[in-house]
Amino acid sequence: MNLMSLTAVELGKKIKAKEVTVLEATKAALAAIEERESKYNCYVTVDKEGALKRAEEVQKLIDQGELTGPLAGVPVAIKDNMCTKDMLTTCSSKILSNFKPTYSAEAVVNLEKAGAVIIGKTNMDEFAMGSTTETSYYGETKNPWNEERVPGGSSGGSCAAVAAEECSYALGSDTGGSIRQPSSFCGVTGIKPTYGTVSRYGLIAYGSSLDQIGPVAKDVTDCATILEAISSYDKKDSTSVKREDYDFTSALVDDVKGMRIGIPTDYFIDGLDSEVKEAVLQAANTLKEKGAIVEEFELGLVEYAIPAYYVIASAEASSNLSRFDGVKYGYRTESFDGLHNMYKKTRSEGFGAEVKRRIMLGSFVLSSGYYDAYYLKALRTKALIKKEFDKAFEKYDVILGPVAPTTAPKLGDSLSDPIKMYLGDIYTIAVNLAGLPGMSVPCGTDSKGLPIGLQLIGDCFQEKKIIQAAYSFEQTRTYKRPLN
Amino acid sequence: MSKQYETVIGLEVHVELATKTKIFCGCSTEFGGAPNTHTCPVCTGMPGSLPVLNKQVVEYAMAVGLATNCTITQFNKFDRKNYFYPDNPQNYQISQLYLPICRDGGIEIDTPAGKKTIGIHEIHMEEDAGKLIHDEWEDCSLVDYNRSGVPLIEIVSEPDMRSADEVIAYLEKLRLIIQYLGASDCKLNEGSMRADVNLSVREVGASEFGTRTEMKNLNSFKAIARAIEGERARQIELLEEGKQVIQETRRWDDNKEYSYAMRSKEDAQDYRYFPDPDLVPVIISDEWLNEVKAKQPELQAEKKERYKKEFDIPEYDIDIITGSKHMADIFEETISLGANPKKVSNWLMVETMRLLKEHEMEPEDIKFSATNLAKLIQLTDEKAINSTVAKEVFEQIFNEDIDPVAYVEEKGLKTVNDEGALRSTIEQVIANNPQSVEDYKSGKKKAIGFLVGQTMKEMKGKADPSMINQILVELLQ
Amino acid sequence: MANIISDETIEYVGILAKLELSEEEKEQAKKDMGSMLDYIDMLNQLDTSEVEPMSHVFSVNNVFREDVVTNGDDREDIIKNAPAQKEGSFKVPKTVD
Repeated sequence: MNLMSLTAVELGKKIKAKEVTVLEATKAALAAIEERESKYNCYVTVDKEGALKRAEEVQKLIDQGELTGPLAGVPVAIKDNMCTKDMLTTCSSKILSNFKPTYSAEAVVNLEKAGAVIIGKTNMDEFAMGSTTETSYYGETKNPWNEERVPGGSSGGSCAAVAAEECSYALGSDTGGSIRQPSSFCGVTGIKPTYGTVSRYGLIAYGSSLDQIGPVAKDVTDCATILEAISSYDKKDSTSVKREDYDFTSALVDDVKGMRIGIPTDYFIDGLDSEVKEAVLQAANTLKEKGAIVEEFELGLVEYAIPAYYVIASAEASSNLSRFDGVKYGYRTESFDGLHNMYKKTRSEGFGAEVKRRIMLGSFVLSSGYYDAYYLKALRTKALIKKEFDKAFEKYDVILGPVAPTTAPKLGDSLSDPIKMYLGDIYTIAVNLAGLPGMSVPCGTDSKGLPIGLQLIGDCFQEKKIIQAAYSFEQTRTYKRPLN
Repeated sequence: MSKQYETVIGLEVHVELATKTKIFCGCSTEFGGAPNTHTCPVCTGMPGSLPVLNKQVVEYAMAVGLATNCTITQFNKFDRKNYFYPDNPQNYQISQLYLPICRDGGIEIDTPAGKKTIGIHEIHMEEDAGKLIHDEWEDCSLVDYNRSGVPLIEIVSEPDMRSADEVIAYLEKLRLIIQYLGASDCKLNEGSMRADVNLSVREVGASEFGTRTEMKNLNSFKAIARAIEGERARQIELLEEGKQVIQETRRWDDNKEYSYAMRSKEDAQDYRYFPDPDLVPVIISDEWLNEVKAKQPELQAEKKERYKKEFDIPEYDIDIITGSKHMADIFEETISLGANPKKVSNWLMVETMRLLKEHEMEPEDIKFSATNLAKLIQLTDEKAINSTVAKEVFEQIFNEDIDPVAYVEEKGLKTVNDEGALRSTIEQVIANNPQSVEDYKSGKKKAIGFLVGQTMKEMKGKADPSMINQILVELLQ
Repeated sequence: MANIISDETIEYVGILAKLELSEEEKEQAKKDMGSMLDYIDMLNQLDTSEVEPMSHVFSVNNVFREDVVTNGDDREDIIKNAPAQKEGSFKVPKTVD
């Protein structure tokens, strides 16, 4: 039996039933990493010793009846922008190449309480800035479906690790599509929850008003189960929202009868790959056949989300990343002449090109004389975009569309033209601006054999609706693995 | 004829609030402590850490705003002020630029020309920075984040002051108000109250303000007064030479009595303020505002009125006692322990003031407890010690807050109330001083003073002088 | 390109952001920032005169901590990642007064 081809929930059941030990599961994940990691480079850090030790502890707690949840003993990979106590946390950057946090992110703590065994930290675009996982200081991650292709980003390592079965499931983070787009490119399922649902405490911030942690897994059941485990109201995060409905697995119901699904006509524009378009419309049709009411509508302001996002995210990032200065932690340049030279050399050597590009842009749009014209303008645009979604959700339970205009591009193709790369986020970014939940579910492959993702967007706090739609859709398909 | 100049001064006063914990984390604000022992991921800017606002900070800020006649902003936000410096762990300071908690207030000060209102432009909440210590041995600096994240309010005045005296009067008034509110101890020497001076000069009669400079690093009233004089002279000199005053930040060196420009190429002074996305708005409802209003403690003016009604003591004494919240607290507490208000007032007005002056201390520096003062007064009421002894004991209380009952016991200072022993001592004194006795009997009534003194000496000071007097008169009859 | 970024601007932003760019990087940054701003200028097509800037998507407000000390002395942990330290403090190049 190949333990790594099981879903997280399936593996958890076997562990609970004592058919598989936690140690066996952990060793299976480590063996898969041993076998395939040199090909894909999904991880920045693999904590073999820690995982094996933890496996024995978790087994004991399961045996004592203290851990009974569905994820107890299941190996997980964590995106490298979430703090893990005493375990290297680099954000795939040189500037944090030696940083071991003194505490774990709240989402990680929640997973540990659920009995998770952390295998390691996954590769990402440096500080989550990018859509390809090529901006990592630790080398690019390759798409398990085709090693000449990118896995998407910024949670490319997490999504590739799930697809390549180098972990049973993973955590990613999503600021402008960073869970959904790589999930789409890697043929796995991922959820970006409503802003405030998963604590940001311990998530190394990129764009604080947009960042959310979410699950990446093989199927919808796993995602709902993981989201249930990591969500919590956290007093340490002032933007955390107190909710009553963390029972996301209750939405795992195969029924879309009467569900109102809207498809924005303005998503089907130039630049959308025809095969992607066809697969997405086919998926809509499937849901219609299952009883959903599917309609086209005009969402509006679609093209304004990207410029507004880059102003807001870059502005916040320029401030969030100023703490990396060679004083308290991380990299410090070797030779310098005085304080300011130390700052400049440390940061110039420690950050990669894309990060510097966004810090420069963010500093500029906040600088004296430009704040109103750029930053406030972007916040006003955000308000307008939110209004468009509010109007749409008066009519629909779920908005359906593509995750990305294309399937995974070739390595090296995207970075040469930043704006072109940014345009690839056109369907995902507005969801972050409006704080909405969104998910990516596999809905087919193109003629090159690359996965296509279907995006389902819900109104604020309506994860259950998109989970139910995704689950129902998933029942019409079988999970496709990239590996043979 | 040389031109006449007017000085125009506005102040930015930073006050550390008296909360137990920092503004955004649960670390102690206690002063002192080994470097970085009062720190956590939040106040050292660890990646992934997030701020959560201390409610008490908002309430103290509101209290100060109300007491200084400000309008309280009911929709508040925090903004990030971005600049790189090692005492600032995130390289941004969380402050309030766009929506400060208090606006448009003012307080009245006394000037030789009468009462004058100094406007308060705004009061905002923010976090303090860490401390940089320069290491002499290694030519480097060491950063201690114990003060990082200690809550501050910054009180920005209007440019309404015209002299160092007005500035000091304003600061003293502000300090008194804040001390009365219990919002801060306002100690300039420990840095819990700091003032930056914005100063410009203009020709008398001019309607426009001149170019101003901002002076930092002023940690006593004397330094502030000297800095104002120094800067005024510097600016007038520039103008007289036909030069321009440059708008800049200057650091006052009180030893050299000179200020230095702090500008550098790396200091762009462009703080890129924007709303902190990690913090949510603070909304102050009418209900909350009223609650804080209802909790406002008695301020000086109200206290004065009450003292006038409740206690039979001179108005001058009331002014002095209520001029320090700490002194007024001791006064009231001593009375609550049963001491006579007049006697308490007397100890504060005479002996306490004398000793403060002698030690160059402020009323705020008083260390003794009301309990020990009350005990001392009780000892004198019971005539257990005489007034000379009492003064001696009080000095011990003032210096070390000793327990007077134990002290008097230990040192054997109790008045001897044994009339028989006293009578025989006096008989002895009369026998030994025939000349004085004769003087007394011949009408020189003053001579009795000498005999009282001799008796007191024999009794080693532990006698009640009125009792000696009484027995002497009786025996000399 | 409508937005021409000058050398001075790049220099100035470098001071603000504490980044030191090589000549080559500066040229690239001028180009990148110019084209990004051109793209962002698209927002000017929208009439936002009646719209309030939206910082937070949800109206969560008044999130407070009570004033109770919860943290002890974690100095060892706090300082352990420091690139340079001395006697429990973070060591930095001498700051000028």
